[in-house]
Amino acid sequence: MNFAVLQFPASNCDQDAVHVLKNVLGHSARLLWHKENSLGDVDGVLIPGGFSYGDYLRTGAIARFSPIMKAVQLFAENGGMVLGICNGFQILCEAGLLPGALVRNRSLQFCCERVHLKVATTRSGFTRAIPENKLLQIPIAHGDGCYFADESTLGELQKNDQILFQYATPQGMLTDAANPNGSLLNIAGICNKNRNVAGMMPHPERASEGWLGGTDGRLIFESWLQELTGRNKPSAT
Amino acid sequence: MKAKITVSPKKAVLDPQGKTVQSALEHMGYTGIRAVHVGKYLEIEIEGDKEIVRQQIDEACRKLLSNPVIEDYQFTLE
Amino acid sequence: MRIDPAITPELVQKHGLTPDEFERIKAILGRSPNYTELGIFSVMWSEHCSYKNTRPLLKGFPTTSDKILVGAGEENAGIIDIGDGLAIAFKIESHNHPSAVEPFQGAATGVGGIIRDIFTMGARPICALNSLRFGELSSPEVRRLFSGVVSGIAHYGNCFGIPTLAGEVYFDKSYEGNPLVNVFCLGVLRHEQIARGAAKGVGNPVFYVGPATGRDGLAGAAFASQDLTEESAEQQRGAVQVGDPFMEKLVMEACLELLATGCVAGIQDMGAAGLTCSTCETAARAGTGIEIDLSKVPQRAPNMTPYEIMLSESQERMLIIVKKGREKEVQTIFDKWDLPWAEVGFVTDTGQMVVKNHGELIVNIPASKLADEAPIYHRTSREPAYLENVRRFTLEKISDTVTPEADLKALLAWHSIASKNWVYRQYDHMVRNGSVVCPGSDSAVVRIKEDSLPLLPDGTFGPRFTEKLIALAVDCNATYVYLDPYEGAKIAVAECARNLACSGAIPLGTTDNLNFGNPHNPEIFYQLKKSVEGLAEGCRAFNAPVTGGNVSLYNQNPNGPIDPTPTVAMVGLIEKWEYVTTQWFKNEGDVIVLLGEVIDSSDPLLGMGGSAYLQRIHGLKTGTPPRLNLDKEKQLHDGLRALIYAGLVMSAHDCSDGGLGVTLAECCISQQIARDTPRLIGATIDLRNSPATRLDALLFGESQSRVVISVNPNKLADAKSEASQRGISFNEIGTVGGDLLTIQSSHRTVTTKLADLHDPWWNAIGRAMN
Repeated sequence: MNFAVLQFPASNCDQDAVHVLKNVLGHSARLLWHKENSLGDVDGVLIPGGFSYGDYLRTGAIARFSPIMKAVQLFAENGGMVLGICNGFQILCEAGLLPGALVRNRSLQFCCERVHLKVATTRSGFTRAIPENKLLQIPIAHGDGCYFADESTLGELQKNDQILFQYATPQGMLTDAANPNGSLLNIAGICNKNRNVAGMMPHPERASEGWLGGTDGRLIFESWLQELTGRNKPSAT
Repeated sequence: MKAKITVSPKKAVLDPQGKTVQSALEHMGYTGIRAVHVGKYLEIEIEGDKEIVRQQIDEACRKLLSNPVIEDYQFTLE
Repeated sequence: MRIDPAITPELVQKHGLTPDEFERIKAILGRSPNYTELGIFSVMWSEHCSYKNTRPLLKGFPTTSDKILVGAGEENAGIIDIGDGLAIAFKIESHNHPSAVEPFQGAATGVGGIIRDIFTMGARPICALNSLRFGELSSPEVRRLFSGVVSGIAHYGNCFGIPTLAGEVYFDKSYEGNPLVNVFCLGVLRHEQIARGAAKGVGNPVFYVGPATGRDGLAGAAFASQDLTEESAEQQRGAVQVGDPFMEKLVMEACLELLATGCVAGIQDMGAAGLTCSTCETAARAGTGIEIDLSKVPQRAPNMTPYEIMLSESQERMLIIVKKGREKEVQTIFDKWDLPWAEVGFVTDTGQMVVKNHGELIVNIPASKLADEAPIYHRTSREPAYLENVRRFTLEKISDTVTPEADLKALLAWHSIASKNWVYRQYDHMVRNGSVVCPGSDSAVVRIKEDSLPLLPDGTFGPRFTEKLIALAVDCNATYVYLDPYEGAKIAVAECARNLACSGAIPLGTTDNLNFGNPHNPEIFYQLKKSVEGLAEGCRAFNAPVTGGNVSLYNQNPNGPIDPTPTVAMVGLIEKWEYVTTQWFKNEGDVIVLLGEVIDSSDPLLGMGGSAYLQRIHGLKTGTPPRLNLDKEKQLHDGLRALIYAGLVMSAHDCSDGGLGVTLAECCISQQIARDTPRLIGATIDLRNSPATRLDALLFGESQSRVVISVNPNKLADAKSEASQRGISFNEIGTVGGDLLTIQSSHRTVTTKLADLHDPWWNAIGRAMN
């Protein structure tokens, strides 16, 4: 498969994403500068973590206006699969490709630690390879990861089975103490209604090699790869 | 001319900064504080026809300067 | 029209220059300096830039080994060969005074400065560490400084995208009002990518890149070289530098991209003393001259004077000397990254640093005399009077403990010992996908993979290589140094090296940060001198030469000087993945072994002098600290590594603050799997055969040269024989398992539930801060 990993000024998990897609999973992945207008020949787009534009104004607010985002919009509209991680999730929300927004952590502090994630649905191209009832251990690292959406949007998310991951206790319970940032419904990741665009605050690329303390993150990339296999390429501009 | 823009969190959105400031103020002995909201203030120096500028600023507020999911905005032109 | 103030003795004094120094300046120039020149001399001849008080002492450091590619004092940071054509650049630096004035920005810009020092060398920064000291957290002002500094470091490092992988934090009254913020950065590069800070090539154009110059941090270097007073702090507050990590990230990417083109003749960051330091130092290094015109320097504020422009410490700026004819490449790359740049001057053959403003000559100083010929002072030293009292302390003055369980919990909750998770959770310690051992073990371990390197001219990372593992530790028990500067400094080095050995690493090199009070005070100078001797001897013993560092003097406030704090950061190489070892116990049934003696019975204080136990339980900061024998220590490290290499060690934890009791507790409780998921694993310890001494000394004495390891029972015989061949003492003291920590001794049995140890240790700092 061919992946494009977008690179905004001050993306800083861009190389990590390429490393995992290329060196760990053996697929082709390249960085794509935000000033480009076209995605080229790609099967999937990954918007990596970081602090695009220094997170000035609001996280992701400025990045969404980069030229490349028009191409991503079109790619997504045509059914192309897009995954946003951390800052990538924030950008996708700002761009309106995913509902809701990510605001300051409830603690007002940046928080970097491994968390437990309940997989709310395996009925998505980003979670299909995850065994039923498996609790994932994946690190988070963010200051603005508190998911917010109004009640009707939350209702829609639930009704359409769009919630992918929720912060949980080691026993899989969705408690307040397990919630590192104050996200509504303990939401850590969601997908859009068409299920081809997803965003998540935790960093699966940091949990893809055993030496770094776990490989649960790989299940997410493996789901993506399974989904893409046998799929027709969406037209990309 | 100068556009003075205030962006504030929507009432329904968790505002931990506001809460923290409120409790700090209360610890300092200020009483009767009902709520504190922490937002952003922007100044844009801009030239042009006032009505057109008003439309431009309004659009910029909607598109970039605020996020309607979590924030409200208001502005004045001076 | 600009009117400079007249040069009066008062003005000279205000610039921190003595009358003798002023005479020396006049002799160099052959005339009186003007206002701008006076400012330039004042910053370049400050301790921060010139090491005028410490240079003779620093000559005692070992600085060579067959692996050193760029040595101490040559450039912005030292560089060490790590094999396969790869190298690492690293350095530690202080930002103490700016952090006292404005903790968030002070700490943030400290991080920015040290990162620039590393990429200036052509290396890609891959991890950061820090060493922090504060007063006690019971004071609201200390809490404000602590939380400001931590969030400042987090802000800059996280946004830049560098993992802050390890550190240490101590709390002691002596740092009240004068916190220490020492920050460290390590970068990676290929040998052929080493960049130099020299203005080579007469006629080559000089470029300024990065954001415009404002009035930020005017004369910060000179400020850092004065005692901190209410007044000086207030004065500086208006001029605090503000960091922009976003800008720095772009400047770094652009600089590394530019360096790959081969069009750069020399490069230096504008750190302390900004444009002044970078121009005269690059010229001095190359033996050339340099001429710039200030009207070409991008300026943020209107009507800035030459004095202000030359002394500004606006952040994230670089000076780049470009090979003539290749200017276009600079423009293309910096435009790609949307970064400001300007051609501001050129390299000359005059040896002079010439500064013009709209063509008018403002500054004309011999560059090498300014950069390298600051006066050198041989200060007098006198043994501090308090040491006599310290030596008089004996254990008869305190009674043995009858509440060892409570003592253990109290020590674990003591902020200097307690888990620092409240701190490191705010740092992104995993970005860049290289954090093999995260904060919370003896050393951090980072892996070097292809994308750790700067790109080559062909846009690739170059030939493939086997991933490398670098271990890092930073240490300084300043209480020991206060109580015995020589021995204490030696111990700081030994503890660092021991931490590396525990992780399976061999030391490669050291960088040090000397934080002391006012050197004009002979007692303080004694601390400084003895500490440097101790550091030098330690570094020599472990073959870990000093590759650079930083000196921060005048760390005192109206209440007195700080404890002498020669912070040591050491870097080592782990040769294979299998050697990576962490501090926590792994499996039920493993045998717990103490390498080294249970207690140093030749020490009359039994390891209790300066101990955490005396401080926390008895409120005493006194007693001669434990002795350290470097030969024995070195033998321990070599033996421990041999055991690790032979695959015989499941865990290894160095025994330091809080003694054996705290060390064992940490082995049981310090592994954190995920949020709210510690892995607690118990131990039963039998010390009944140990020398019958006091219980407090047995549990909490801090005798040196000890490491607690755990060994699979099937491999115990092998481990024993390996240790005896290596001549290290091997004491089986217990077994891993259960949910209690039980320590039997001839006095009594001490038993605690692990959960009761974990909670105070894990949460103490967080609770103090909420």
